Amino acid sequence: MKVPVLKIEHMNISFTQYDRGMRQVELPTIRDLNVEVHEGEIVAVVGSSGSGKSLLAHGVMGVLPYNASMGGKIVYRGEELTADRIARLRGNEIVLVPQSLSYLNPFAKVGYQIRKGRKDAQTRQRLDDIFKRYDLKKEVEDLYPFELSGGMNRRVLIATAMIENPRLVIADEPTPGLDLKVAKRAMRHFRELADMGAAVLIITHDLELALETVDRIAVFYAGTTIEEAGVGDFEKEETLRHPYTKALWRAMPKNGFQFIPGSQPYVKNMPEGCPFMPRCGQCTEACRGQIPYKEIRGGRVRCLYAE
Amino acid sequence: MKMGNRRIRVLAGLGFSLTFLAVVCIWGSLSTETARVTDFSRVNIPPCLRYPFGTDWLGRDMLARTLKGLSMSIWIGILSAAVSAAVALVLGITSATMGKAADSVISFLIDLIMGVPHILLLILISVALGKGLRGVIIGVSLTHWPSLARLIRAEVIQLRESPYIQIARRLGKGRWYIAGKHMLPHLIPQFIVGLVLLFPHAILHESSVTFLGFGLSTEQPAIGIVLSEAMKYLVTGKWWLALFPGLLLVFTVVMFYVMGESLRKLLDPNSVHQ
Amino acid sequence: MTLEIKNVSYQYEEKGRQILDHFSLSIDSRERVGLEAPSGFGKTTLCKLLSGYLEPDEGEILLDGRPLSSYKGYCPVQMIWQQPEFAVNPRLRMKEVILEGDQVEERIVRELGIEDDWMRRFPGELSGGELQRFSIARALGKRTCFLLADEISTMLDLITQSQIWDFLLRETEQREIGLVAVSHDRELLDRICTRVVRLS
Repeated sequence: MKVPVLKIEHMNISFTQYDRGMRQVELPTIRDLNVEVHEGEIVAVVGSSGSGKSLLAHGVMGVLPYNASMGGKIVYRGEELTADRIARLRGNEIVLVPQSLSYLNPFAKVGYQIRKGRKDAQTRQRLDDIFKRYDLKKEVEDLYPFELSGGMNRRVLIATAMIENPRLVIADEPTPGLDLKVAKRAMRHFRELADMGAAVLIITHDLELALETVDRIAVFYAGTTIEEAGVGDFEKEETLRHPYTKALWRAMPKNGFQFIPGSQPYVKNMPEGCPFMPRCGQCTEACRGQIPYKEIRGGRVRCLYAE
Repeated sequence: MKMGNRRIRVLAGLGFSLTFLAVVCIWGSLSTETARVTDFSRVNIPPCLRYPFGTDWLGRDMLARTLKGLSMSIWIGILSAAVSAAVALVLGITSATMGKAADSVISFLIDLIMGVPHILLLILISVALGKGLRGVIIGVSLTHWPSLARLIRAEVIQLRESPYIQIARRLGKGRWYIAGKHMLPHLIPQFIVGLVLLFPHAILHESSVTFLGFGLSTEQPAIGIVLSEAMKYLVTGKWWLALFPGLLLVFTVVMFYVMGESLRKLLDPNSVHQ
Repeated sequence: MTLEIKNVSYQYEEKGRQILDHFSLSIDSRERVGLEAPSGFGKTTLCKLLSGYLEPDEGEILLDGRPLSSYKGYCPVQMIWQQPEFAVNPRLRMKEVILEGDQVEERIVRELGIEDDWMRRFPGELSGGELQRFSIARALGKRTCFLLADEISTMLDLITQSQIWDFLLRETEQREIGLVAVSHDRELLDRICTRVVRLS
């Protein structure tokens, strides 16, 4: 098997916050997260909103907030991605497609922003190609972001990532609040990036959309990845591995809309061992210990009883 | 990565500035008599152990005069900053809640006052009111509110449109409930920080006006008077007359800034965990 | 009880887009009506009109034959917003959110799966799904007759979505609260509603 473009091993991200008064507390928002993305592949990290999954993107890009610290190992194309290395690669080989359209500069024309001010013939040629591919007219180059619709601006955001010919694209919640048709169209652009040889990591809350548009899914629960599965595994409940993923599957409107009670544990009162334990029907005393992330049937799962 | 406890450092800064200002105020109030005593047996002594700030041409102890002047300036600063902040609060809220007409009038006032240099307007008001303590306090109060008023106006306008306040209205909550429960918790920190950051301006402007001769009368040992009198003797080599009072004034102003910035860091949710 | 929309037109200020053009719909409080519309249709605007946040340019909105705007104080038509993060004051603890509602029963809080520990926290310390439970509880006060759900579960994970809808269906049925669910998700609306209206 080829070396993955991005391999995250045992990533930990914690925040230092003030409790009452002077006391500082550590909040381990991401704990022992593992995921890998290969060339030409789209992987989605799916987790509920407000659970801290955006931090994963910020951690890889080296743009965590001041009070966060990160542990674990990030390997990019076989070599560790150190702070120096990401600072060099960020914006050309590794790009981030941010969540909000507010990342576009409202005072710069679209074409200028995408070219990042460069005017050489090669960049101009690339821009033309990208515009053709994304159905953007030549005139759009000379418009400002506020003159475009939301959907067009989203394409512009992706285009700013594409102009660099990136090897790794990380997209943070690229389709917030869009309906399925529009969201799927946005996701098609990522597929094109992957077809050109990039590795794409998408962070989203929308499992149903991910199932229709990506290759593999990593399920994010309580700050960690509990399962990595191919999209095909989601066709039947039996091919899934973790009890939480199975519960997610059953909760889809088309699969019965059933639910399990409870909610994800809060970082301050995270149980020892398996974070899903309080809601799991199969849990035993052994679940309180260390749970290894093991490979089963071509995917990975963090559960002692997965087969 | 070790970060150290920033909050302790910020609180230490706050504590130090508060103590410094309190000491100046109290010491100043206690040295009213010492500051006034003239003694021709000790005129023009440069700084020494007995008189750390030296003495002036009338043999007055410069340390006592400086402290007295500073404490007076601090009191004037606090008083006029408080009046100014109160004006800002009332006008800011009125302009944001009482409809278009009130808003245009107040916005016009804000622009008008901000368009004229503070010191000029201050001199005009002070002179028109016959200079003296009253003139200075009213002058400073009337010229320093616009920036804070503008801040509060913007905050209230933004709050008014926020979903949770719209929801509270649909839940049948009245104006007073919304103002007290939803708006105040957002406004108070802004207001306190704004108020504290007004002090240094108020003090500096008070001393400038007095220094220029449009403020307090010469009998009052305000820091502006001390400095302006010292200027006349500076050319004759009495450097200590202006240096120490000037330094202490600068230090006081800096301390107020430290206090304001520390408060802002503690109260602002964006930096509260730094 | 019925909530009636009669010939309502609405346009954003000045030269803005026409959101609704002589739109009519009648909803009974024993019904659950789904409104399906694509992104950018103005679903949120429609919800705001129906719950009295906005006044229509033309036409009227009647609750039990009386104009909605004539109900002073607590509005019997309550709306749940799409993004719970903005619907709660970041400086108030969560128990205050519940207290804002109209004597919200303890039972509702419990059935929504709100834990005691959450009550003491600030909104920044809860996830989207947890916050949404609070804004639902707040909207289900004693005098609520109609509930508008504006894409309330699109940003939530599937399990939370189905927990919340399970509760809302039971609660609205039992108290005969009319439910209007707005979403772009046809499958979801088919699951939860007694009638789906397609807007385009």
